Amino acid sequence: MARTDVSTPDAANTPKLIAAWLFVGIPLLFGVFDTLRNALKLFQ
Amino acid sequence: MAAFLDRSHSIAGPGFSRWLVPPAALCIHLCIGQAYAFSVFNKPLAQLLCAAQHACPDPKTAGAIISATPGDWTIANLGWIFSLAIVFLGLSAAVFGRWVERVGPRMSMFAAALLFCGGLLVAALGVSIHNLPVVFLGYGVIGGCGLGIGYISPVSTLIKWFPDRPGLATGTAIMGFGGGALIGAPLAVALMRYFTTPTSNGVAATMLTMGIVYFIWMIVGVFIVRVPAAGWAPAGYVPPTAASKLITNRNVVLGQALKTPQFYLLWLVLFLNVTAGIGVLGQASLMIQEMFGVTAVAAAGFVGLMSIFNMGGRIFWASMSDFMGRKTTYIIFFVLGTVLYFLVPTFGHMGSIALFVIAFLIIISMYGGGFATIPAYLKDLFGGVNVGAIHGAVLTAWSAAGIAGPALINYIRQYQLAAGVPKADAYSVTMYIMAGLLVVGLICNLAIRAVNERYYLQGTAAEAAG
Repeated sequence: MARTDVSTPDAANTPKLIAAWLFVGIPLLFGVFDTLRNALKLFQ
Repeated sequence: MAAFLDRSHSIAGPGFSRWLVPPAALCIHLCIGQAYAFSVFNKPLAQLLCAAQHACPDPKTAGAIISATPGDWTIANLGWIFSLAIVFLGLSAAVFGRWVERVGPRMSMFAAALLFCGGLLVAALGVSIHNLPVVFLGYGVIGGCGLGIGYISPVSTLIKWFPDRPGLATGTAIMGFGGGALIGAPLAVALMRYFTTPTSNGVAATMLTMGIVYFIWMIVGVFIVRVPAAGWAPAGYVPPTAASKLITNRNVVLGQALKTPQFYLLWLVLFLNVTAGIGVLGQASLMIQEMFGVTAVAAAGFVGLMSIFNMGGRIFWASMSDFMGRKTTYIIFFVLGTVLYFLVPTFGHMGSIALFVIAFLIIISMYGGGFATIPAYLKDLFGGVNVGAIHGAVLTAWSAAGIAGPALINYIRQYQLAAGVPKADAYSVTMYIMAGLLVVGLICNLAIRAVNERYYLQGTAAEAAG
């Protein structure tokens, strides 16, 4: 059976979305930054 | 508690944003991806006794000497911890795939958190009593099962939330597995430094702390994740009314999928792509040092860059596959990979470290891309109903490649050195063999056709699934 029901997200989701993405994004960005900092030694 | 974890209690209400599901999946994958950084424990684990006796060799004068006290574990034995974890990742993904589909993402993510973090705690116990089999049991077996269940648990949910962009959705989650090492390695190093005392190098306390921190992090994902209500579709999404050549709008269950040639061709596609990548991933540091004479510190920088491309390749290639098609994406992996593997020895002879580094960064991005694109490929061929279970079964290819890849590259290198080939040239044959493996992978990928009509769910079963 084809899916036909469609829903649109609430605007109230925005703070939750920001918090959730920051929760995973900050550690990940820290890890990428730390790795890049160490990787610079390859070019020294 | 059991009710909260049940699939029926995790159905999203009206207005829930599907963009909350990728961070929930990342909570799991960023934690279990720590497995890729397990090697940071190898040297401290090999020095537990000498650290306790305050008699470890000075790293500035001891050179490559790592284990110095009788009774300390050897690096060769410690290597089995990671290997066991990868083997149990594949096995548990295959065995528990159907269960994961049945109970839903919340229960399975919770189980993954218990197993992975519990495994870390058992491993910490093994380290504290200096019992290697307990560490094998903890991190390798229990933690490995957590890896497998955690790896597949958000995949089918993401595919259901993103029927319009399954590659992007699963690529985001699986990118987290690649990114987990970037967090896990510096975290472990910082914690070991913090917990070091005159009689301990802090490994057990670090594993204990990481087990607790990761459990909390993974539980946040358990709380966030939701499954879409029956009949839900994203705004503006028009389900395809007729299936295209390699994208079905019907479903095949795991038992039937295992009878199709497509399943085994995809198994080989993943196996060959991973074998070619995992072999050089483990040898990259040694390879660049022996081919170009760079320092160990610079080589570590190269490995770090590879980790970033391994992670970035997952989301880049999986997202691109939404536009190019999965088959075309894998054709690029195999053709470009073959060309690059053939060129690597030439770059070595030319002394061009820049071309060597670029070649390997592209290769490793495609290694990561192969992992991230396979769930969407499976969804295209077999439909979304059992994709988590089928994905779990295909992941046994990873376990096999985890053994075959490093063994192949080590064996060939040893054979070359024994035959008197200079160290700098010893990798050439390996690169050509890896290129050959990718050619076989290309043939397997080209042989993939749409699944035969008789394997699809028929009649009422198909309606119930749809």
